[in-house]
Amino acid sequence: MALENKGETHKTDVIIIGAGPVGLFAVFELGLLDMKAHLVDILDKPGGQCSELYPEKPIYDIPAWPVITGQDLTDRLMEQIVPFNPVFHLGQMAQSLQKLDNGHWQLVTSEGTVIEAPVVVVAAGGGSFVPKKPLLPNLESYEGKSVFYAVRKMEQFRGKKILIAGGGDSALDWALNLQPIAAEVALVHRRDDFRAAPDSVNKMRELVAAGKMKLHIADVKSLEGADGQLSGVGANSKAEGDFIIPCDTLLAFYGLTMKLGPIAEFGLNLHENLIPVDTEKFETQTPTIFSIGDINYYPGKLKLILSGFHEAALMAQQAFRYVYPDKKLRFQYTTSSSALQEKLGVSDKAA
Amino acid sequence: MKLYVTDQGGVTHELEGIEGWRVMEIIRDYGLPIKAECGGCCTCATCHVYVDKEWLDKLYPMRDDEQDALDNAFDVHDNSRLSCQILMSESLDGLKVTLAPGTEP
Repeated sequence: MALENKGETHKTDVIIIGAGPVGLFAVFELGLLDMKAHLVDILDKPGGQCSELYPEKPIYDIPAWPVITGQDLTDRLMEQIVPFNPVFHLGQMAQSLQKLDNGHWQLVTSEGTVIEAPVVVVAAGGGSFVPKKPLLPNLESYEGKSVFYAVRKMEQFRGKKILIAGGGDSALDWALNLQPIAAEVALVHRRDDFRAAPDSVNKMRELVAAGKMKLHIADVKSLEGADGQLSGVGANSKAEGDFIIPCDTLLAFYGLTMKLGPIAEFGLNLHENLIPVDTEKFETQTPTIFSIGDINYYPGKLKLILSGFHEAALMAQQAFRYVYPDKKLRFQYTTSSSALQEKLGVSDKAA
Repeated sequence: MKLYVTDQGGVTHELEGIEGWRVMEIIRDYGLPIKAECGGCCTCATCHVYVDKEWLDKLYPMRDDEQDALDNAFDVHDNSRLSCQILMSESLDGLKVTLAPGTEP
Protein backbone atom coordinates (compact mmCIF):
# COMPACT_ATOMS: atom_id res chain seq x y z
CA MET A 1 0.00 0.00 0.00
CA ALA A 2 1.44 3.36 -1.05
CA LEU A 3 1.55 5.81 1.84
CA GLU A 4 2.82 9.33 1.28
CA ASN A 5 4.62 11.54 3.76
CA LYS A 6 2.23 13.85 5.51
CA GLY A 7 2.38 17.52 4.72
CA GLU A 8 3.45 17.24 1.07
CA THR A 9 1.74 18.50 -2.10
CA HIS A 10 0.41 15.99 -4.62
CA LYS A 11 -1.30 16.12 -8.01
CA THR A 12 -3.58 13.37 -9.21
CA ASP A 13 -6.70 12.72 -11.30
CA VAL A 14 -9.22 12.05 -8.57
CA ILE A 15 -9.26 12.75 -4.82
CA ILE A 16 -11.39 10.25 -2.92
CA ILE A 17 -12.45 11.32 0.57
CA GLY A 18 -12.97 8.13 2.55
CA ALA A 19 -11.18 4.78 2.20
CA GLY A 20 -14.13 2.56 3.11
CA PRO A 21 -15.30 -0.22 0.79
CA VAL A 22 -16.98 2.18 -1.63
CA GLY A 23 -13.97 4.52 -1.81
CA LEU A 24 -11.74 1.51 -2.41
CA PHE A 25 -13.92 0.14 -5.21
CA ALA A 26 -14.01 3.60 -6.79
CA VAL A 27 -10.24 3.22 -7.25
CA PHE A 28 -10.95 0.14 -9.33
CA GLU A 29 -13.61 1.70 -11.55
CA LEU A 30 -11.53 4.86 -12.03
CA GLY A 31 -8.44 2.77 -12.70
CA LEU A 32 -10.09 0.83 -15.50
CA LEU A 33 -10.61 4.19 -17.17
CA ASP A 34 -6.97 5.25 -16.64
CA MET A 35 -7.62 7.64 -13.77
CA LYS A 36 -5.26 7.70 -10.80
CA ALA A 37 -6.62 8.25 -7.32
CA HIS A 38 -5.46 9.48 -3.94
CA LEU A 39 -7.53 8.56 -0.89
CA VAL A 40 -7.82 10.49 2.37
CA ASP A 41 -9.13 8.85 5.53
CA ILE A 42 -9.10 9.82 9.19
CA LEU A 43 -8.57 6.22 10.27
CA ASP A 44 -5.04 4.84 10.23
CA LYS A 45 -6.15 1.90 8.06
CA PRO A 46 -8.36 1.40 5.01
CA GLY A 47 -11.81 -0.18 5.28
CA GLY A 48 -13.86 2.50 7.01
CA GLN A 49 -16.73 1.16 9.12
CA CYS A 50 -15.97 -2.37 7.90
CA SER A 51 -12.61 -2.41 9.61
CA GLU A 52 -13.38 -0.03 12.48
CA LEU A 53 -16.84 -1.12 13.62
CA TYR A 54 -17.25 -4.71 12.50
CA PRO A 55 -14.03 -6.30 11.23
CA GLU A 56 -15.09 -9.73 12.47
CA LYS A 57 -18.83 -9.52 11.85
CA PRO A 58 -20.19 -11.45 8.88
CA ILE A 59 -21.86 -9.53 6.04
CA TYR A 60 -24.37 -11.55 4.01
CA ASP A 61 -25.43 -9.21 1.20
CA ILE A 62 -22.29 -8.77 -0.88
CA PRO A 63 -22.99 -10.27 -4.31
CA ALA A 64 -21.26 -13.61 -4.85
CA TRP A 65 -20.05 -13.71 -1.23
CA PRO A 66 -22.64 -15.71 0.75
CA VAL A 67 -20.77 -14.57 3.85
CA ILE A 68 -17.72 -12.34 4.28
CA THR A 69 -16.39 -10.39 7.27
CA GLY A 70 -15.80 -6.64 7.18
CA GLN A 71 -12.06 -7.17 7.31
CA ASP A 72 -12.04 -9.82 4.59
CA LEU A 73 -14.08 -7.56 2.33
CA THR A 74 -11.57 -4.77 2.91
CA ASP A 75 -8.64 -7.08 2.26
CA ARG A 76 -10.19 -8.36 -1.00
CA LEU A 77 -10.87 -4.82 -2.21
CA MET A 78 -7.30 -3.82 -1.39
CA GLU A 79 -6.11 -6.82 -3.42
CA GLN A 80 -8.41 -5.91 -6.31
CA ILE A 81 -7.04 -2.36 -6.59
CA VAL A 82 -3.36 -3.24 -6.38
CA PRO A 83 -2.90 -2.82 -10.18
CA PHE A 84 -3.94 0.83 -9.93
CA ASN A 85 -1.47 1.91 -7.24
CA PRO A 86 -3.72 4.20 -5.25
CA VAL A 87 -2.00 6.53 -2.80
CA PHE A 88 -3.35 6.56 0.76
CA HIS A 89 -3.25 9.57 3.08
CA LEU A 90 -4.34 7.93 6.32
CA GLY A 91 -4.85 9.35 9.80
CA GLN A 92 -5.88 12.65 8.23
CA MET A 93 -9.18 14.48 7.98
CA ALA A 94 -10.20 16.23 4.77
CA GLN A 95 -10.15 19.74 6.19
CA SER A 96 -10.79 22.23 3.42
CA LEU A 97 -11.62 22.23 -0.27
CA GLN A 98 -11.18 25.15 -2.61
CA LYS A 99 -11.20 25.72 -6.33
CA LEU A 100 -7.97 26.84 -7.96
CA ASP A 101 -7.67 29.27 -10.88
CA ASN A 102 -7.07 26.36 -13.27
CA GLY A 103 -10.44 24.86 -12.31
CA HIS A 104 -8.93 22.03 -10.28
CA TRP A 105 -9.74 21.33 -6.65
CA GLN A 106 -7.27 21.71 -3.85
CA LEU A 107 -7.88 19.61 -0.78
CA VAL A 108 -5.94 20.29 2.42
CA THR A 109 -5.91 17.70 5.21
CA SER A 110 -5.66 18.14 8.97
CA GLU A 111 -1.99 17.15 8.66
CA GLY A 112 -1.26 19.80 6.07
CA THR A 113 -1.13 17.44 3.10
CA VAL A 114 -2.22 19.21 -0.10
CA ILE A 115 -3.78 17.29 -2.99
CA GLU A 116 -4.83 18.80 -6.29
CA ALA A 117 -7.10 17.14 -8.86
CA PRO A 118 -9.82 17.98 -11.39
CA VAL A 119 -12.31 15.63 -9.71
CA VAL A 120 -13.29 15.00 -6.08
CA VAL A 121 -15.31 12.00 -4.89
CA VAL A 122 -16.84 12.19 -1.41
CA ALA A 123 -17.19 8.60 -0.17
CA ALA A 124 -17.16 9.52 3.50
CA GLY A 125 -19.82 7.07 4.76
CA GLY A 126 -21.17 8.16 8.13
CA GLY A 127 -18.54 10.89 8.39
CA SER A 128 -15.18 11.00 10.14
CA PHE A 129 -14.44 8.70 13.02
CA VAL A 130 -13.64 10.99 15.94
CA PRO A 131 -13.26 10.28 19.66
CA LYS A 132 -16.51 9.87 21.56
CA LYS A 133 -16.70 12.59 24.16
CA PRO A 134 -17.82 11.92 27.71
CA LEU A 135 -21.13 13.55 28.60
CA LEU A 136 -19.82 16.01 31.19
CA PRO A 137 -20.89 19.61 31.90
CA ASN A 138 -18.45 22.33 30.71
CA LEU A 139 -16.36 19.78 28.82
CA GLU A 140 -15.60 22.19 25.95
CA SER A 141 -13.83 24.70 28.21
CA TYR A 142 -11.30 22.04 29.25
CA GLU A 143 -10.74 20.38 25.85
CA GLY A 144 -7.28 20.85 24.42
CA LYS A 145 -6.09 22.43 27.69
CA SER A 146 -6.42 19.69 30.26
CA VAL A 147 -8.83 17.18 28.70
CA PHE A 148 -7.57 15.14 25.73
CA TYR A 149 -8.77 12.21 23.61
CA ALA A 150 -5.43 11.23 22.12
CA VAL A 151 -1.74 11.40 22.89
CA ARG A 152 0.19 13.07 20.12
CA LYS A 153 3.39 13.84 21.99
CA MET A 154 4.12 11.99 25.19
CA GLU A 155 6.40 14.78 26.40
CA GLN A 156 3.37 17.01 26.80
CA PHE A 157 2.33 14.82 29.72
CA ARG A 158 5.66 14.64 31.57
CA GLY A 159 5.25 15.47 35.25
CA LYS A 160 1.45 15.62 35.01
CA LYS A 161 -1.10 14.14 37.39
CA ILE A 162 -3.02 12.16 34.81
CA LEU A 163 -6.39 10.47 35.09
CA ILE A 164 -7.14 8.03 32.27
CA ALA A 165 -10.74 7.00 31.68
CA GLY A 166 -11.72 3.81 29.86
CA GLY A 167 -11.14 0.08 29.86
CA GLY A 168 -9.94 -0.74 26.37
CA ASP A 169 -6.51 -0.99 24.78
CA SER A 170 -6.08 2.77 24.28
CA ALA A 171 -6.74 3.46 27.96
CA LEU A 172 -4.49 0.67 29.21
CA ASP A 173 -1.68 1.27 26.70
CA TRP A 174 -1.46 4.95 27.55
CA ALA A 175 -1.71 4.31 31.28
CA LEU A 176 1.30 1.99 30.98
CA ASN A 177 3.25 4.22 28.59
CA LEU A 178 2.73 7.45 30.50
CA GLN A 179 3.25 6.00 33.97
CA PRO A 180 7.08 6.28 33.87
CA ILE A 181 7.10 9.97 32.87
CA ALA A 182 4.00 11.28 34.65
CA ALA A 183 3.95 12.52 38.23
CA GLU A 184 0.97 10.26 38.86
CA VAL A 185 -1.26 8.05 36.77
CA ALA A 186 -4.71 6.94 37.86
CA LEU A 187 -7.15 4.86 35.86
CA VAL A 188 -10.92 5.13 36.17
CA HIS A 189 -13.25 2.53 34.69
CA ARG A 190 -16.87 1.66 35.30
CA ARG A 191 -16.22 -1.98 36.24
CA ASP A 192 -13.35 -4.08 37.54
CA ASP A 193 -13.06 -5.93 34.28
CA PHE A 194 -11.06 -4.74 31.29
CA ARG A 195 -11.50 -5.67 27.66
CA ALA A 196 -7.93 -4.58 26.85
CA ALA A 197 -5.23 -7.13 26.04
CA PRO A 198 -4.71 -9.43 29.07
CA ASP A 199 -0.99 -8.66 29.15
CA SER A 200 -1.68 -4.92 29.53
CA VAL A 201 -4.27 -5.60 32.22
CA ASN A 202 -1.77 -7.74 34.16
CA LYS A 203 0.90 -5.05 33.92
CA MET A 204 -1.59 -2.43 35.10
CA ARG A 205 -2.61 -4.60 38.06
CA GLU A 206 1.05 -5.09 39.03
CA LEU A 207 1.61 -1.33 39.04
CA VAL A 208 -1.53 -0.82 41.11
CA ALA A 209 -0.41 -3.51 43.59
CA ALA A 210 2.99 -1.83 43.85
CA GLY A 211 1.35 1.52 44.60
CA LYS A 212 2.65 3.05 41.35
CA MET A 213 -0.76 3.53 39.76
CA LYS A 214 -4.20 4.15 41.18
CA LEU A 215 -7.30 2.33 39.98
CA HIS A 216 -10.80 3.68 40.58
CA ILE A 217 -13.83 1.56 39.74
CA ALA A 218 -16.29 4.40 39.30
CA ASP A 219 -18.24 6.53 36.85
CA VAL A 220 -16.87 9.91 35.82
CA LYS A 221 -19.44 12.56 36.69
CA SER A 222 -17.95 16.07 36.61
CA LEU A 223 -14.92 18.19 35.89
CA GLU A 224 -13.52 20.39 38.67
CA GLY A 225 -11.28 23.33 37.96
CA ALA A 226 -11.21 26.81 36.46
CA ASP A 227 -10.27 28.48 33.16
CA GLY A 228 -9.91 25.16 31.40
CA GLN A 229 -7.44 23.83 33.95
CA LEU A 230 -8.56 20.71 35.78
CA SER A 231 -7.94 20.30 39.47
CA GLY A 232 -9.88 17.07 39.75
CA VAL A 233 -12.56 14.84 38.31
CA GLY A 234 -15.76 14.09 40.18
CA ALA A 235 -16.57 10.40 40.31
CA ASN A 236 -19.19 8.15 41.77
CA SER A 237 -19.08 4.54 42.80
CA LYS A 238 -21.43 2.26 44.68
CA ALA A 239 -18.77 1.60 47.31
CA GLU A 240 -17.58 5.17 47.87
CA GLY A 241 -20.45 7.37 46.70
CA ASP A 242 -19.36 10.73 45.28
CA PHE A 243 -15.69 11.59 45.48
CA ILE A 244 -13.06 13.69 43.73
CA ILE A 245 -10.04 12.23 41.97
CA PRO A 246 -7.32 14.93 42.05
CA CYS A 247 -5.62 15.37 38.66
CA ASP A 248 -4.48 18.10 36.28
CA THR A 249 -5.05 16.10 33.08
CA LEU A 250 -7.85 13.82 31.88
CA LEU A 251 -7.35 11.44 28.98
CA ALA A 252 -10.71 9.96 27.95
CA PHE A 253 -10.89 6.83 25.78
CA TYR A 254 -14.50 5.94 25.08
CA GLY A 255 -14.11 4.69 21.54
CA LEU A 256 -14.95 6.46 18.31
CA THR A 257 -18.09 7.91 16.82
CA MET A 258 -18.86 9.30 13.36
CA LYS A 259 -19.26 13.02 12.78
CA LEU A 260 -19.73 14.71 9.42
CA GLY A 261 -16.96 17.22 10.17
CA PRO A 262 -15.54 19.80 7.75
CA ILE A 263 -17.35 18.24 4.73
CA ALA A 264 -20.39 20.17 5.97
CA GLU A 265 -18.53 23.34 4.94
CA PHE A 266 -17.75 22.19 1.39
CA GLY A 267 -20.83 23.96 0.01
CA LEU A 268 -22.61 20.80 -1.14
CA ASN A 269 -26.18 21.80 -0.11
CA LEU A 270 -26.64 19.06 2.44
CA HIS A 271 -29.97 17.29 2.89
CA GLU A 272 -30.21 16.14 6.53
CA ASN A 273 -26.43 15.77 6.72
CA LEU A 274 -26.34 13.81 3.45
CA ILE A 275 -25.06 14.98 0.07
CA PRO A 276 -27.72 15.15 -2.66
CA VAL A 277 -26.63 13.66 -6.00
CA ASP A 278 -28.22 12.77 -9.31
CA THR A 279 -28.72 9.08 -10.09
CA GLU A 280 -27.10 9.11 -13.50
CA LYS A 281 -23.61 10.23 -12.52
CA PHE A 282 -23.82 10.54 -8.74
CA GLU A 283 -22.55 14.07 -9.10
CA THR A 284 -23.35 16.73 -6.51
CA GLN A 285 -24.84 20.10 -7.36
CA THR A 286 -21.24 21.27 -7.75
CA PRO A 287 -19.96 19.88 -11.08
CA THR A 288 -16.79 17.74 -10.80
CA ILE A 289 -17.60 16.85 -7.17
CA PHE A 290 -19.23 13.43 -6.84
CA SER A 291 -20.60 11.61 -3.82
CA ILE A 292 -21.03 7.86 -3.48
CA GLY A 293 -21.88 5.39 -0.73
CA ASP A 294 -23.67 5.96 2.56
CA ILE A 295 -23.07 9.71 2.60
CA ASN A 296 -25.06 10.54 -0.54
CA TYR A 297 -28.78 11.02 -0.91
CA TYR A 298 -31.23 10.49 -3.76
CA PRO A 299 -34.82 9.27 -3.92
CA GLY A 300 -34.89 5.54 -3.17
CA LYS A 301 -31.38 5.49 -1.71
CA LEU A 302 -30.48 2.34 0.21
CA LYS A 303 -27.43 2.44 2.44
CA LEU A 304 -25.91 -0.78 1.18
CA ILE A 305 -22.32 -1.45 0.20
CA LEU A 306 -23.52 -2.88 -3.10
CA SER A 307 -25.33 0.37 -3.93
CA GLY A 308 -22.06 2.22 -3.36
CA PHE A 309 -20.26 -0.11 -5.78
CA HIS A 310 -22.82 0.64 -8.49
CA GLU A 311 -22.57 4.35 -7.80
CA ALA A 312 -18.77 4.16 -8.12
CA ALA A 313 -19.02 2.62 -11.59
CA LEU A 314 -21.36 5.31 -12.92
CA MET A 315 -19.42 8.09 -11.25
CA ALA A 316 -16.25 6.95 -13.04
CA GLN A 317 -17.91 7.35 -16.45
CA GLN A 318 -18.54 11.04 -15.88
CA ALA A 319 -15.25 11.61 -14.04
CA PHE A 320 -13.48 10.38 -17.20
CA ARG A 321 -15.08 13.19 -19.19
CA TYR A 322 -13.65 15.76 -16.79
CA VAL A 323 -10.21 14.20 -16.49
CA TYR A 324 -9.86 13.48 -20.26
CA PRO A 325 -12.13 16.05 -21.95
CA ASP A 326 -10.59 15.32 -25.37
CA LYS A 327 -10.77 11.53 -25.22
CA LYS A 328 -13.62 9.34 -26.32
CA LEU A 329 -14.96 7.00 -23.67
CA ARG A 330 -15.38 3.46 -24.90
CA PHE A 331 -17.21 1.02 -22.70
CA GLN A 332 -15.42 -2.29 -22.39
CA TYR A 333 -15.76 -5.52 -20.41
CA THR A 334 -12.94 -6.92 -18.29
CA THR A 335 -13.81 -10.40 -19.62
CA SER A 336 -13.01 -9.53 -23.21
CA SER A 337 -10.99 -6.34 -23.44
CA SER A 338 -7.28 -6.96 -23.79
CA ALA A 339 -6.67 -3.30 -22.93
CA LEU A 340 -8.46 -3.67 -19.60
CA GLN A 341 -6.76 -6.98 -18.93
CA GLU A 342 -3.40 -5.34 -19.48
CA LYS A 343 -4.25 -2.65 -16.93
CA LEU A 344 -5.23 -5.38 -14.48
CA GLY A 345 -1.97 -7.21 -15.11
CA VAL A 346 -3.79 -10.34 -16.25
CA SER A 347 -3.04 -10.01 -19.96
CA ASP A 348 -1.71 -13.17 -21.61
CA LYS A 349 -0.10 -11.15 -24.38
CA ALA A 350 3.33 -11.82 -22.93
CA ALA A 351 2.71 -15.55 -22.88
CA MET B 1 -47.20 -7.12 21.02
CA LYS B 2 -46.31 -3.72 22.46
CA LEU B 3 -43.04 -2.00 23.21
CA TYR B 4 -42.95 1.21 25.28
CA VAL B 5 -40.04 3.51 24.57
CA THR B 6 -39.30 6.70 26.48
CA ASP B 7 -37.24 9.03 24.30
CA GLN B 8 -34.36 11.29 25.37
CA GLY B 9 -36.86 14.09 26.03
CA GLY B 10 -38.89 11.99 28.45
CA VAL B 11 -41.85 11.31 26.15
CA THR B 12 -43.13 7.72 26.12
CA HIS B 13 -44.20 6.13 22.84
CA GLU B 14 -46.21 2.96 22.26
CA LEU B 15 -44.59 0.93 19.49
CA GLU B 16 -45.90 -2.19 17.81
CA GLY B 17 -43.45 -4.99 18.57
CA ILE B 18 -42.17 -7.12 15.70
CA GLU B 19 -41.41 -10.75 16.50
CA GLY B 20 -37.72 -11.56 16.10
CA TRP B 21 -36.62 -7.99 15.45
CA ARG B 22 -34.01 -6.31 17.57
CA VAL B 23 -35.53 -3.65 19.83
CA MET B 24 -33.06 -1.15 18.31
CA GLU B 25 -34.43 -1.90 14.83
CA ILE B 26 -38.03 -1.46 15.98
CA ILE B 27 -37.16 1.89 17.55
CA ARG B 28 -35.34 3.03 14.40
CA ASP B 29 -38.08 1.74 12.10
CA TYR B 30 -40.67 3.67 14.12
CA GLY B 31 -38.66 6.84 13.58
CA LEU B 32 -37.56 7.66 17.12
CA PRO B 33 -34.15 9.33 17.41
CA ILE B 34 -31.52 6.63 17.94
CA LYS B 35 -27.96 6.79 16.67
CA ALA B 36 -27.26 3.04 16.54
CA GLU B 37 -24.33 3.78 14.29
CA CYS B 38 -22.83 0.29 14.07
CA GLY B 39 -26.19 -1.03 12.91
CA GLY B 40 -26.58 -3.79 15.46
CA CYS B 41 -23.02 -5.12 15.67
CA CYS B 42 -22.79 -4.69 19.45
CA THR B 43 -19.87 -2.32 19.02
CA CYS B 44 -20.76 1.34 19.36
CA ALA B 45 -23.13 1.44 22.38
CA THR B 46 -25.19 4.21 20.76
CA CYS B 47 -28.41 2.21 21.16
CA HIS B 48 -28.01 2.12 24.96
CA VAL B 49 -31.28 1.85 26.88
CA TYR B 50 -32.37 1.57 30.48
CA VAL B 51 -34.70 -1.38 30.89
CA ASP B 52 -37.64 -0.96 33.23
CA LYS B 53 -36.72 -2.88 36.39
CA GLU B 54 -39.70 -5.26 36.20
CA TRP B 55 -38.50 -6.51 32.82
CA LEU B 56 -34.79 -6.97 33.58
CA ASP B 57 -35.02 -10.60 34.64
CA LYS B 58 -37.09 -11.52 31.61
CA LEU B 59 -34.36 -10.58 29.14
CA TYR B 60 -31.79 -12.95 27.76
CA PRO B 61 -28.71 -12.37 29.96
CA MET B 62 -25.99 -10.05 28.75
CA ARG B 63 -23.08 -11.61 26.90
CA ASP B 64 -19.48 -10.49 27.41
CA ASP B 65 -19.38 -8.52 24.15
CA GLU B 66 -22.40 -6.46 25.20
CA GLN B 67 -20.82 -5.77 28.59
CA ASP B 68 -17.60 -4.74 26.78
CA ALA B 69 -19.46 -2.46 24.38
CA LEU B 70 -21.16 -0.73 27.31
CA ASP B 71 -17.69 0.51 28.35
CA ASN B 72 -18.08 3.05 25.54
CA ALA B 73 -21.44 4.31 26.85
CA PHE B 74 -22.03 6.89 29.56
CA ASP B 75 -24.22 6.84 32.64
CA VAL B 76 -24.27 3.07 32.60
CA HIS B 77 -26.58 1.68 35.29
CA ASP B 78 -27.46 -1.81 36.53
CA ASN B 79 -30.41 -1.81 34.13
CA SER B 80 -28.37 -0.72 31.11
CA ARG B 81 -28.62 -2.84 27.98
CA LEU B 82 -27.89 -2.39 24.30
CA SER B 83 -31.22 -2.42 22.48
CA CYS B 84 -29.58 -4.12 19.49
CA GLN B 85 -29.03 -7.18 21.69
CA ILE B 86 -32.66 -7.58 22.77
CA LEU B 87 -34.78 -9.66 20.41
CA MET B 88 -38.50 -8.86 20.55
CA SER B 89 -40.81 -11.78 21.27
CA GLU B 90 -44.24 -12.54 22.73
CA SER B 91 -42.66 -13.06 26.13
CA LEU B 92 -41.51 -9.43 26.05
CA ASP B 93 -44.95 -8.04 25.16
CA GLY B 94 -45.17 -4.75 27.08
CA LEU B 95 -41.40 -4.26 27.47
CA LYS B 96 -40.50 -0.76 28.68
CA VAL B 97 -37.16 0.87 27.86
CA THR B 98 -35.75 4.41 28.04
CA LEU B 99 -33.23 5.75 25.54
CA ALA B 100 -30.06 6.67 27.47
CA PRO B 101 -28.00 9.86 27.03
CA GLY B 102 -25.58 9.48 24.13
CA THR B 103 -28.08 7.78 21.82
CA GLU B 104 -29.13 11.01 20.11
CA PRO B 105 -28.36 10.87 16.36
